[in-house]
Amino acid sequence: MSKEKQLIKFTKKGIFCPKGKFYLDPWYPVDYAIISHGHADHARWGMKRYLCTDDSKAILQHRLGADISIESIPYDASLTINGVKVSFHPAGHVIGSAQIRLEYKGYIVVFSGDYKTQPDFISTPFEPIKCNTFITESTFGLPIYNWKSENTLQNQLQSWVKTNQANNRTSVFLGYSLGKAQRLMSILDGCDEIYVHRAIHNLNEAIFSSGIELPETKLWSADLDKKTLQNKIIIAPPALLGSRMLKRIPNVATAICSGWMQIRGNRRWQAVDAGFVVSDHADWNGLISTVKATEAQQVYVTHGSQAVFSKYLNEIGIKADELKTEYGDEALAKAEKETENIETK
Amino acid sequence: MKQFSDLISAIEITNKTNAKIDALVHYFSTAPDKDKLWLIALFTGKRPSRPVKTTLMKEWCMELTNISEWLFLESYSTVGDLGETLALLLPEPTYNLDLSLNEWMTQLKALKPKSDEEKKAFVLKAWRGLEQQERLIFNKLIGGSFRIGVSKKTLVNALAKLTNIDANQLMHSIIGNWEVHSIAFEELVHGKHINYDNSKPYPFCLAYALEKNLSELGEPDDWMVEQKWDGIRGQIVKRNNEIYIWSRGEELVTKQFPELVEAMSNFKNDFVIDGEILAMKDNDILLFNDLQKRLNRKNVTKKLLEEVPIGFKAYDILEYNGNDLRELPFEERRRRLEFMFNLLALPEHIELSFLVDFKDWKELYTIRDNSRTINSEGLMLKQKKSPYHTGRKKGDWWKWKLDPLTIDAVMIYAQKGSGRRSSKYTDYTFAVKKDDALVTVAKAYSGLTDKEITEISQWVNKNAIEKFGPVRTVKPELVFEIAFEGIALSKRHKSGVALRFPRISRWRRDKPVDEIDTIETVKQLITAP
Repeated sequence: MSKEKQLIKFTKKGIFCPKGKFYLDPWYPVDYAIISHGHADHARWGMKRYLCTDDSKAILQHRLGADISIESIPYDASLTINGVKVSFHPAGHVIGSAQIRLEYKGYIVVFSGDYKTQPDFISTPFEPIKCNTFITESTFGLPIYNWKSENTLQNQLQSWVKTNQANNRTSVFLGYSLGKAQRLMSILDGCDEIYVHRAIHNLNEAIFSSGIELPETKLWSADLDKKTLQNKIIIAPPALLGSRMLKRIPNVATAICSGWMQIRGNRRWQAVDAGFVVSDHADWNGLISTVKATEAQQVYVTHGSQAVFSKYLNEIGIKADELKTEYGDEALAKAEKETENIETK
Repeated sequence: MKQFSDLISAIEITNKTNAKIDALVHYFSTAPDKDKLWLIALFTGKRPSRPVKTTLMKEWCMELTNISEWLFLESYSTVGDLGETLALLLPEPTYNLDLSLNEWMTQLKALKPKSDEEKKAFVLKAWRGLEQQERLIFNKLIGGSFRIGVSKKTLVNALAKLTNIDANQLMHSIIGNWEVHSIAFEELVHGKHINYDNSKPYPFCLAYALEKNLSELGEPDDWMVEQKWDGIRGQIVKRNNEIYIWSRGEELVTKQFPELVEAMSNFKNDFVIDGEILAMKDNDILLFNDLQKRLNRKNVTKKLLEEVPIGFKAYDILEYNGNDLRELPFEERRRRLEFMFNLLALPEHIELSFLVDFKDWKELYTIRDNSRTINSEGLMLKQKKSPYHTGRKKGDWWKWKLDPLTIDAVMIYAQKGSGRRSSKYTDYTFAVKKDDALVTVAKAYSGLTDKEITEISQWVNKNAIEKFGPVRTVKPELVFEIAFEGIALSKRHKSGVALRFPRISRWRRDKPVDEIDTIETVKQLITAP
């Protein structure tokens, strides 16, 4: 058996490490799961044991239950499991997100999970890891996706809030509770009072309890006086779009924050007032520079534009194959909604 | 161009017509005179001809970004718009180019006769000096359409709100003959270049769908009945040797139908008549899909004139030699209309809409059922004493349409839409069974909710057979009920049949694929004429 095959095997339940006898972000219940980050398409319910980063631990407990069997280690520390050396390295995707590095007899496999190469104000910055085999996501694997810097985004978002205030409107930002919400908080910090939906509020509490500092926010509850919210900022999960809770606030301007907003058609598809390109994934140049920096001899491309990105990598002389997984944006949207059990009525 | 760019951003993000109108009003109250005129020109089809070929722009972009063609095309099929694809692929600007809309348009006009090398230098310089959104607009100014839901009517409504001038007059003004360089904005909106008295239309009289039994309408003898032709309702205005054609949507469509204008010039007197514009060839009324080929064209080519000839069926007369006839009973107006038409030998297909001959209500049921064989959508019932009402009024006119035909078919191809729909798979091809295989019977892209479209798009992403290119072949699994107005044998279609105005009536999640219709059962829907 090749060294790679001893380390990773692609099964119906997820990516399996035969030598270490554990799975990476499995989508079906297994005995031992190593989790890259807390998003619901990666951290699923029903594993007998979980291993994650210290920063992810509280998030997983909050989302999957306080009674799960879970261990954690810091970034860059390592643990040997059945002879396989396992370590986590910052992925820059959301708080606590990691790439998972496996090493056995000098052969190194890195599973990227989801990652973002551009620094933001809140996640531990991404760093590429040299390896033999690299498993990369490809959510935005087309050259049309290139992101602006965090400072440019901050200017865009804050000036939108100011315009809304001048027109007597409350600014509502929609983004996932884990990741996007905290990032928006950091971008909008100091602009005005920020109210967050209960799902985000509870998650923030969990993150805060594990010792991570977050910008100050208030809970947006249904019984708040409408006047209190007037001209302020609200951050809510995307499932709230069109909900009664949102409709109750007079004069709102709603913005969706997502990498998909790069395309006009996507911005216009939803009946919102603005679409901002705020992505927690690597853009085209981020994906390419990362793959190159890993110096991997074999790349597997998962969720997103796997056909395009692997074809491109082969074209520039990097051996790459597509890998079908159960991760990705659509799975995430569905799973996040279920995990948080958000009441949208 | 910042101002124009902001306007486009404001318009494209909203799907509320009032918000679009407000954004336009804001632009018209703040932009320089020439820029306002250019805006009107751009949205009314008066743009100068394309100075640079899009294939060249694509080539230059590929060269600049070092992207191979397949990757460019893959990007294009994801974005769904060439100008936007270019704007997204190009590298960040290196300096700031700030010209007004008028300056850009003037330079683009001057670019037309230049060499490809000169054009390239110009375009590259512009690309380097513009932000993403401005760059997109620049690409659109060269040749694309904006597809942001600003019709002539929306534009006119914005101008009307700004100026308090009558909307139909404004419509005539902006459609009329004018050039950006030889008119001022104030002159244009006040119609200095036109004589609105010659074109002024009347509001259309509209009918409600019949909601009671025929017998409740009273005596059959008090009613006149016509076929309900399925074309475009049009009002033809002829005054002082000028001819204008207004559509029901209150747009001036005169230039789209030169054969109608020519035919109408046969009449000596002045008049305003109401009728149906149809595509007619030999003895047949063509499908609405064919008629659509003639709509909203900047130039009507000779080939198109031959392929899809236009006819007109007259319903009513509203004015004759300057006299408003609308208060006369329909019976009397009809008599005058017949008199006018019978006096002249008119070109083929310019005719009266014939009256249906019937004695009692029962007979009308059979007649209505046969309407489909002559490509009519049903019947129109008009009270003989009725005046020509302004707008929709209950009681005097009723439309009595045929129920649509339906079949169950399976989706086999999906394609992305355009504009707002460019991010989703919205255009589908459907098939029915033919022996052990499937055969395409219809394409449809309307009838589903946004939520259903989103769900289907996700399903297509997961179940597509191809990985590249704009069209996705999908597993034949999703079954839909397709409604349509008529069906005819056709040699041009592989299935042997052509459906008239097919659309999705519902998603049959309950129905398995093996229960869809067969081509035989579909053909049984054809009624012999």
